[in-house]
Amino acid sequence: MSDSLFEFADFDENASERIGYSDYSYWRSTVKVFLKNKIAVILLVVLSILLIFTFIQPLIPGQNSPTKIHIDPATSVQMRNRLPDSTFWFGTNSIGQDLWARIWSGTRTSLLIGLIVGFFEMLVGITYGALWGYVRKLDRVMTEVYNVLNNIPTTIILLLMAYILRPGFKTMIIAMCITGWLGLARFVRNQIVIIRDREYNLASRCLGTPAGRVIGRNLLPYLVSVIMLQTALSIPGTIGWEVFLTYIGLGLPVSIPSLGNLVNEGRLIMMSPELRYQLIFPTIVLSIITISFYVLGNAFADASDPRNHV
Amino acid sequence: MFRYVLKRFSQSLVTLFIVVTVVFMLMRLLPLEGYFGDGYDKLSEEQKVAALDRMGLLDPWYVQLGNFYVKLSRGDLGTSIIYRRDVPVTEVIAPRIPYSMYFGIFATLLALIAGLSLGVFMARKKGRGLDKAGTAYIVLINAVPSAVYLLFIQLYGTSLFNLPILFDKYRVKSWILPAISLSLGGIAGYAMWIRRYMVDELNKDYIKLARAKGLPEKLIMVRHVMRNAFVPMAQYLPAAILSTISGSIYIESLYSIPGMGGLLVDVIQRQDNPMVQALVLIFSSVGIIGLFLGDILMAIFDPRIKLVKGEGSR
Repeated sequence: MSDSLFEFADFDENASERIGYSDYSYWRSTVKVFLKNKIAVILLVVLSILLIFTFIQPLIPGQNSPTKIHIDPATSVQMRNRLPDSTFWFGTNSIGQDLWARIWSGTRTSLLIGLIVGFFEMLVGITYGALWGYVRKLDRVMTEVYNVLNNIPTTIILLLMAYILRPGFKTMIIAMCITGWLGLARFVRNQIVIIRDREYNLASRCLGTPAGRVIGRNLLPYLVSVIMLQTALSIPGTIGWEVFLTYIGLGLPVSIPSLGNLVNEGRLIMMSPELRYQLIFPTIVLSIITISFYVLGNAFADASDPRNHV
Repeated sequence: MFRYVLKRFSQSLVTLFIVVTVVFMLMRLLPLEGYFGDGYDKLSEEQKVAALDRMGLLDPWYVQLGNFYVKLSRGDLGTSIIYRRDVPVTEVIAPRIPYSMYFGIFATLLALIAGLSLGVFMARKKGRGLDKAGTAYIVLINAVPSAVYLLFIQLYGTSLFNLPILFDKYRVKSWILPAISLSLGGIAGYAMWIRRYMVDELNKDYIKLARAKGLPEKLIMVRHVMRNAFVPMAQYLPAAILSTISGSIYIESLYSIPGMGGLLVDVIQRQDNPMVQALVLIFSSVGIIGLFLGDILMAIFDPRIKLVKGEGSR
């Protein structure tokens, strides 16, 4: 090998002072990775439009009430099972209510249930998981409580609660809140057990930082991706349980339209093919919402995982 | 090992006891009308009190609970009131278990075979058409409520393939749709899991070593990757197979299969309290036993799991 391939480098004082610097920002990288996922971005746009429309729909002039039974003025008979036309965009149901209005009202109800349950799951799941992972004395008791609840099939808990408390809006929320937080609590706990004994946390503890502050400042920021994923998934989850409970006969009363109620109403008349629009329209809206939340939750969890950042 | 089994067993026993007690207490919160058939309004006050007394419902709760456990130890789960008047619950349930079990075992096997092969193919063709189609299927099954897509399968599956819409014991054709519907969720679950597992595992050092020393790809898959993959699966299989006793509540009731799941829907809708109580107890016990067996199997297959003194595994 010839020496001509090598040469001495000059000593540069400025260059030796330079240190590695990167303008890495967690949230900017998260957004960047997220935007690379084309399907997620498209679904985000679709879902945003759908959600905004759902909530401003009652404010648009000329909308029908979701519970009003329309009666034909000429014959004074209920306008039952009218196929979609220019007055009733999605047709009417079997007792003459406007399906278009009912779908948006039902979407609001179902989303409201999903949001309340999701918020509660987040609150209880994080609190329970954080205490469970961080406070060693509580570990034994909290593990036992988790084991007992986790051992019973979710379906059974939901059915039992809905059966005992009698169907209704509150019952549905209570039943879903009882089991919903378990998964999140376990994730949070496992993460915290891993991070808890890292050096900077030992330092905090030596300096006498209160547990609440250590949990809030040092630990929880690591859990953003898991928490976001679980919360996003709880919305399709609650909608699914709602449809199921309604089918069993333990859902909301028919007077409150919800996606579960609409699907169930559609199911009852699905045997006549020309009336299947009453099943298909609610299903389309429901599927767009659940699929979007599912895909977005996963895409965001991937994006917010620092290992996927370049 | 023996101590681990013993510890895990006592844990399950405690859970079972708590669950049974809580369910029993919760059922006491229900209004007493639920314990009479249709003729509730026609009964006089005295008749009602006498009937309640005969059923032991006027005793203090601890006496009721004690009696309940005594009966339970003799295998007596109570008597149906509305669904089939005065017939012991065990008699109502017994002929229904086989339906749920046959369907369940078949669906579990189908899900295992189809799901694992799909997942393995997806992992090997990562990022290509098949992988994308498989992912779309998994998203669809996981995101859309099963109550919705199963309904559409029944609706269009029957008309497209000219299959009967309701279950009939003597027509094999009517078994196809429920069995496939029952396995769809499992297929998605196993496929998703094995795909992620293989993608992670194929990048590991021991696989690289095996490749470097010239082991054929097939042997690497069979001897190394798949063998390790079975350990975590061993944990879930018993629960999956045992829970088939409870059947799929939704599918059985859609196709009116005379199994356990459909029965639960029936008795809930007709508010037969003792039946609901007995079924809920059976379903939760089955779940608990399944998880127990899973943990034991896992301990047998995975030498890393050993009894840790007192402090759980941390």
